[in-house]
Amino acid sequence: MDNSGRSLISLEGLDRDDILELLRQAATFETKPDRKILDGKVVATLFFEPSTRTRLSFETAVNRLGGRVIGFSDAATTSSSKGETLKDTIMMVSNYADLIIMRHYLEGAAKYASEISPVPIINAGDGANQHPSQTMLDLYSMLKTQGRLDGLDIFLVGDLKYGRTVHSMLTAMRFFNPTFHFISPEELKMPAEYKEFCRENGIRFSEHSEFNEKVISEADIIYMTRVQRERFTDLMEYERVKDSFILHNDMLAGTKPNLRILHPLPRVNEISQDVDSNPKAYYFQQAKNGLFVREALICNALNLL
Amino acid sequence: MEKAKKSEQLVAAIENGTVIDHIPSDKVFDVVNLLGLTSITTPITIGANLTSHKMGSKGIIKIADRYFSEEECSKLSVIAPNIVLNIIRNYEVAEKKAIPVPDEVRGIVKCCNPMCITNHEPMQTVFRVVDKRNGTLRCRYCGKDIPRDDVKLL
Repeated sequence: MDNSGRSLISLEGLDRDDILELLRQAATFETKPDRKILDGKVVATLFFEPSTRTRLSFETAVNRLGGRVIGFSDAATTSSSKGETLKDTIMMVSNYADLIIMRHYLEGAAKYASEISPVPIINAGDGANQHPSQTMLDLYSMLKTQGRLDGLDIFLVGDLKYGRTVHSMLTAMRFFNPTFHFISPEELKMPAEYKEFCRENGIRFSEHSEFNEKVISEADIIYMTRVQRERFTDLMEYERVKDSFILHNDMLAGTKPNLRILHPLPRVNEISQDVDSNPKAYYFQQAKNGLFVREALICNALNLL
Repeated sequence: MEKAKKSEQLVAAIENGTVIDHIPSDKVFDVVNLLGLTSITTPITIGANLTSHKMGSKGIIKIADRYFSEEECSKLSVIAPNIVLNIIRNYEVAEKKAIPVPDEVRGIVKCCNPMCITNHEPMQTVFRVVDKRNGTLRCRYCGKDIPRDDVKLL
């Protein structure tokens, strides 16, 4: 059986219409999240690397659609800890399940799984590589809060070097004529290859090393990410910048009324607690949107829409 | 001209077969491995660190009574694109062939990303040649680009 057309490994193969269609489907799930579309289906969630949030979101999506879930949330309890290959695990599980949702710590694991599996694969994150459902829920959140995806001023803040969510967003937004603003410490700047990607695709961008009220005054979206200590080669540099990329409530006073603040979560201290009650804070609703987007992605992978 | 002829003579002429010329000196044994020359029974002469006007130092391999297909030769492009193949018939160069650059490279190059699935599973590596001029490879699985100078063979 060929599953290649239905697996979701990355967003690279999707065009503007594909993305908008998936977002439209997610919106219909938001109006009615509980449907018995997956009645009689078994979905496996294979989490070779722990991820509470993504796993719960996918499993909730399956449950609300009336399907059943099998799987594991920690590879230490499975045969892969005994040295079983990924291929053998996938072949075994595909005997039982209609769809496999997997997260793996190795890059390209989902792509490989999709080539050997007789059932479709949804990539729920493969190392530092791809995490398409996160990007789709980010896009959904932008569309929902702004009423459009075209022509937005998007400010990406924090770790722009290693953050896969910000890289995927550049790729997915290339169809929507955005203006990006990259705000990061010197050590965690947007890599040259992604800036080149922006130039090739006619995406406007500017870089800032300061994060303050003035810089963000024109933002439609502020997308915060975590600046992690372990990413720095120079710990002195970390100590110097660690408090410079934190969003405080008083910085939002002069911002646009339509501004919304997104964060892929988990947050540590990069958004201070006093922002949570500001109506511009959207990160918890953003996580909720993940459910509707994942319902759409699951049904799409199973050809049920 | 005289000088060039002398260095040619350091390795014996062959009547029929293939002379692989302009191999970077440090890639001579990679070429031996890629073409599977260790299992060939016809006479082979391997010259390394020979003086070259163009390259400074080069390697040359002469294989008697053996010709190579396009596919076999295209593998060589991942390590050394400027290699020239001389087809020898009756002690004469009957044909000079440049190495064709393939669209895809399967099973011969190792991905340089230690976190790539291909370095952990018993599976074939696959790379797309994304920049034919500079020989940049892109891993089908993890998406990382490998510049030609960083290519390591499996």
